[in-house]
This record gives sequence, structure tokens and C-alpha cells, in this order.
Amino acid sequence: MAVCVAVIAKENYPLYIRSVPTENELKFHYMVHTSLDVVDEKISAMGKTLVDQRELYLGLLYGYVTNSKVKFVMVVDSSNTALRDNEIRSMFRKLHNSYTDVMCNPFYNPGDHIQSRAFDNMVTSMMMQVC
Amino acid sequence: MEAAGAGAGAGAGAGCGSGPPLLLSEGEQQCYSELFARCAGAAGGGPAAGPPEAARAAPGAATAAAGPVADLFRASQLPAETLHQITELCGAKRVGYFGLTQFYVALKLIAAAQSGLPVRTESIKCELPLPRFMLSKTDGETRFGNSAELHGTKVQIPYLISEKNTFKRMENEDKQQETQSPTMSPLASPPSSPPHYQRVPLSHGYSKLQSSTEQMHAAPYEARQPLVQPEGPSPGNQGAKPLWHQASLTRSFSVERELQDSSSNYPDEPWRITEEQREYYVNQFRSLQPDPSSFISGSVAKNFFTKSKLSIPELSYIWELSDADCDGALTLSEFCAAFHLIVARKNGYPLPEGLPPTLQPEYLQAAFPKPKWDCALFDSYSESMPANQQPHDLNRMEMLSIKDVADFAVPTQDMTGDDKQALRSTTDEVLPNDMSEDSATKSGLLPPPPALPPRPCASQSEQASEAEPHPQLNRAPSQAAESSPTKKDVPYSQPPSKPIRRKLRPENQATENQEPSSTIGGPASAAAVKPHPAVQKQSSKQKKAIQTAIRKNKEANAVLARLNSELQQQLKEVHQERIALENQLEQLRPVTVL
Repeated sequence: MAVCVAVIAKENYPLYIRSVPTENELKFHYMVHTSLDVVDEKISAMGKTLVDQRELYLGLLYGYVTNSKVKFVMVVDSSNTALRDNEIRSMFRKLHNSYTDVMCNPFYNPGDHIQSRAFDNMVTSMMMQVC
Repeated sequence: MEAAGAGAGAGAGAGCGSGPPLLLSEGEQQCYSELFARCAGAAGGGPAAGPPEAARAAPGAATAAAGPVADLFRASQLPAETLHQITELCGAKRVGYFGLTQFYVALKLIAAAQSGLPVRTESIKCELPLPRFMLSKTDGETRFGNSAELHGTKVQIPYLISEKNTFKRMENEDKQQETQSPTMSPLASPPSSPPHYQRVPLSHGYSKLQSSTEQMHAAPYEARQPLVQPEGPSPGNQGAKPLWHQASLTRSFSVERELQDSSSNYPDEPWRITEEQREYYVNQFRSLQPDPSSFISGSVAKNFFTKSKLSIPELSYIWELSDADCDGALTLSEFCAAFHLIVARKNGYPLPEGLPPTLQPEYLQAAFPKPKWDCALFDSYSESMPANQQPHDLNRMEMLSIKDVADFAVPTQDMTGDDKQALRSTTDEVLPNDMSEDSATKSGLLPPPPALPPRPCASQSEQASEAEPHPQLNRAPSQAAESSPTKKDVPYSQPPSKPIRRKLRPENQATENQEPSSTIGGPASAAAVKPHPAVQKQSSKQKKAIQTAIRKNKEANAVLARLNSELQQQLKEVHQERIALENQLEQLRPVTVL
């Protein structure tokens, strides 16, 4: 169950962040932010373009980086049965596809906050479905 | 010469046949002359220079100008069809202006129509109350309203009944209708109370407005006419018949649009693209991208749509809706859908949650097979494009460059398309008058987009469609959206004059296709590597492409030639009808004013 999804731009500011609006949004945001350090560390070590990395700690934070250094971070709840790696990857892939669709829109300037309704819908579905 | 008009008051009729003179009572005379004065004075001269009859205390200069006269007539709240009949009967159409005679006759006929009598010359022989006009401009009108009390409730009731009848038809229209309806409740109020008509909201509909939302306000009033009246035809017929060609352009369009909407019975009316709209969109597409079967790239489209002055988030959302395949470029159908959404948005329609079914690209392609030439070519290439994006990039580049050769055929088809437009325009020209000189220049310009373009074109096309009486040519009813896009006149004045001419640049296609592929995460260099093996297949594919293109162009040419001949035929028929009608009019013209 994805409780929080964040899209972070190359310069490490968030383009989009969405949480299940129950509690502790701040906690999620904080986790996402701190995870960026780890992400950066990992990508500097790797040479590949796409990195799908997993980080395991108590909150189960997953990260994904595109080749344009846009990071997707997803926080999942571990109370549920552990999500398989494949599921996580597929969720990230969906995120990535939606993100490219947003990019295709000529009215979207890279670096803007993402306001696409389609993107929102997709994220919402992802958050709900895994619930 | 002017003698024709001069004979108005002398009892010889407006230059034509003799008949029993028109009798006006004192009150009527005074009333009419005031109205005439206002109409003639307001515009400072009519389209023709017939001298008014000096016997009346009439204004000096000219005849009543078409504009204010049309305003007045519309203020009478008669259906457009009735007004049209009235103009015909009174002879203004024939002589081309509203001389005194015509004006007075028209007023009498309006009074007759408002009393529920059929619009005939016989009806005006009898004693009639004064016509009522719903204007808030002067107190003179108030007086008229008062004096119309003579009729009592008898006349008011038809209005109300019709309101209820017509009200249901317009659910899918403007929401402001509901705010207007409470104001129209004269039934309860006794007839003796004077302005029980709410003038203020109505005047919105009748004043000259630029915003098309207000045009839609006017529209309900136009259509909300007593169908109970004997001559009340269905709104569908009204849509088909020519509307008030002397009226101001915007208002006539609102009427046509309203009638068209109510007659078409589609639940998603605002999202349906009419023929004229489609043509306009196609023309705009062509101005951005000469090849209609290709794409408009995102940046080009962005510049273009930004001119519509919608906010960026809205434009972004519209793009999302219309770019169905999310490739960052717009095909013709996608472009039409996007354009239509923008148009609707500018007219105040909220953007839908999802792309309406009538705007889906498949639907659009299916619904508008008319431009066969571009659809045919488009289909053949659209199939190849999405299917093989990466491996055949270079291959397609070659195909497209060959298509440049085929493009030479396209401009010729453009020309035939233009000729067709010109033909229609000339058809419209010969039809009842008041086609201004703009029509002459019409054929020289871009095929006049029905809705938006630079002002001269707008007036031409709108007049053309207004004046057209024949459902065969079927253009008048489809003016539905012309009022809606009218608002975009200003912002879009640039694109038609400065078309962003883009040669069909293959690299655009290649880069567009490479972008999604790369961002999707495939290896960025995949596209570059693949073309080499594909080079061998190109020559045969080129030939096939050329041949198919040639064949399709020939088919398209044949279709257009046939269409041309059909239109010529219709033109001849229309000519003859017109001559016949004029003859009839000559015989029927009995009216003179003492």
C-alpha cells in the first residue's frame, strides 16, 4: 500500500507529492527528503541510466530515478503483506509512463508543479489499489 | 434609381405594383414615425439611399438602417421566421432597404404577428394594436408597451405557453436561462401594469454584444417564441431557413446556434463539431502544418493555442484531453478536438472530465469523411507511424520526404477546396441582397472560416450563411458554433495572416518519435542504430508510397470535381428560384401608404 508518492526534480525540489491523507504527512515528507541523500549516493555510485533501488527500513521507502535525474519516491506501509519487488517495479513504471505523458504536454514546463489530472488519477489509483 | 424609393409615400408603392393603401391610425402613425426616426437616426443612414417620404414627419436623411431596424424587429420577440416573412412582405428585401413604406408595413405586420394573426398583407388591413418591442433604450418603447395593454391577456398567454414549451428544449443550453425565466412571468401581473416585461435582462440579449456567452442569452429569447402562433414552425425549420440577414452578425449567429442546438437533439451538443467548425479547424491546421495528414508538433501547437488567451493550466488540461496517444503532437483529429475544446471553454463551457465521445479522434475521423483527401492520406500514414516508431524512423523520413512530392497534389486540392468555398460564397452572393462588398473579396482569401477569422472574413462568411435560404446547401443550419468561436476573432487574427508555414520536416517526426521512446526508458541510441538496415527497403517503399499517394489524389480530385458540378447545378436552381420568387413578389406587392 503506497501511502505516499513523490516526484522530485533534478534539483531536489518536489514536483509532486501526494500522501494518503490520514496522518503524519509531515513525517512522510521528511522521510522522502532524507531519502534523497541516499538516492544521490546510490546514483553517483552507479553508472547505469535507470536505477531501481530499494531501501529497506522501517518505513519501506522505495526510490526510482530516471535518466533525467527525476526521482520517484514511494513510501509503502509495511503493515500489509510485503509487496513483491515486481509490484514495486511495475508501480514505478506506471509512474514513469504517466510522467512522460505529462512531459509530452507542450504547456508543461519542466520544473513546474505537476497539475495534470490524468497523473493525479493514476497516482490515486495506485495508492488506493495497493491499499 | 431613387425614384423607386421615392414613390413610397406618394401612393405608388415602393416602386412596384399597386394595391390598397396602408391605413394607419393616428396613434400608429405617430408611433411608427418615431420608430422610424430612431432607426434611421441611430445608424446615421441606411445601406441604400432611398429618400423617405416627406409627407410624414420623418427624418431627413435616409432610410432606416438595417441594423437598428433589425434590432427593433428582434425586440418584437417574434420568431426569426416570422420576421423574415415580414421583411419579405413589406418589400424591404426586394428594394434592399427599409424605406418608409417598408418600415411601416413591417411594423404593422409585427403588430399583426404579435396579435397572433398570420403574416399576410390582409392582416394589416384591419385595426391593430401597436407592435410591442422589448427594448429598454428609450421611454418611447415604454409607451408602446403600455399602449399594447389593449390586448390584454390574450396575447401574453401565448408567450408564456411558448416559454414553457421552449424552455424544456434548452436544458442543455446556457444556465443563465433559469435566471431569466423568473423574470418572464407576466401572467400573474395584471395587464394594466406597465412594464411587466423585464427589460434589463432582455436588453442584454439585444444590445450589440461581442461576447458570445451573451449571444447565447439572446438565443433563448429568439427561440422562445410562441410556437402556438399559427405560423410558428419548428425550430428545426427555423434553423434551416435564412435568418435575419440584415441583423447584426453576432446576434444572428446566436439565434442560429440556438436553433441548431435545439433541433439537433444531442445531449452533448457543445462537444459536437459542426461542418463549418470542422472546416475552419482544418484550415487552421493547414496554416500551421501544410500537410493535413501529418502532425502539429507540441511547440507549434502551444504557440497557437496560447494565442487563445486561456490560462496555461487550462490549456495544459485541454492538451491532455485531446492528445489521445500522448505523443506530444496533434493529428488533425486531435487538433480539431483541442480547438473545439478551447472554443467551448472560451464560451464558458466547463471543461469535461474526459474527452467526450464526439471528440474522440476515431469518431472525428469517421464523422467527417468529407475531406477525403486528407483523411485518406492521413490514415495511411497514421497507421504506419504509431506502429513502428523506433525501427523505421529513417524509413519514414524517406517516405515523408517523398510525400513532399505528393504534397504538390495537396495544394491543388487545396485550391479546389478554395474554389468550392468561393463557389458557395458566390452562391450566397446571388441570393437575397445585403451581401456587402466583402463577399467580393471572399474568394480571394483563405476559404472563409465560418467562425473566427479576421473581421472581413467573419462578416462575409456569416452573411453568407445568414442569407442562405436553401437547406440543400445546408450551411445555414450549421452555423451553430459560429457564435461560439466568434469570441476568438481577436486572438486568432494572427494565425490566418501569418501562417506558420512548415515544410514537412522529417526530422521533426523523427525527434518526436524519439523523444517518447527515449523517455520511456529505452536505450537512447536505439533509433539511430536501427535505420541502417532499413535503408534497403526504402526504395520499394518509396515507390509504393508514391503510387498510393497518386491514386488517392486522383480519387480526391474526382470527388471534388463531382462536388463542384453538383454545386453548380444547385446554383442554377437557386437562381431560378430566386427569379420565380421575385416575380411572385412583383405580383403580390399591393401595399401603398397614403
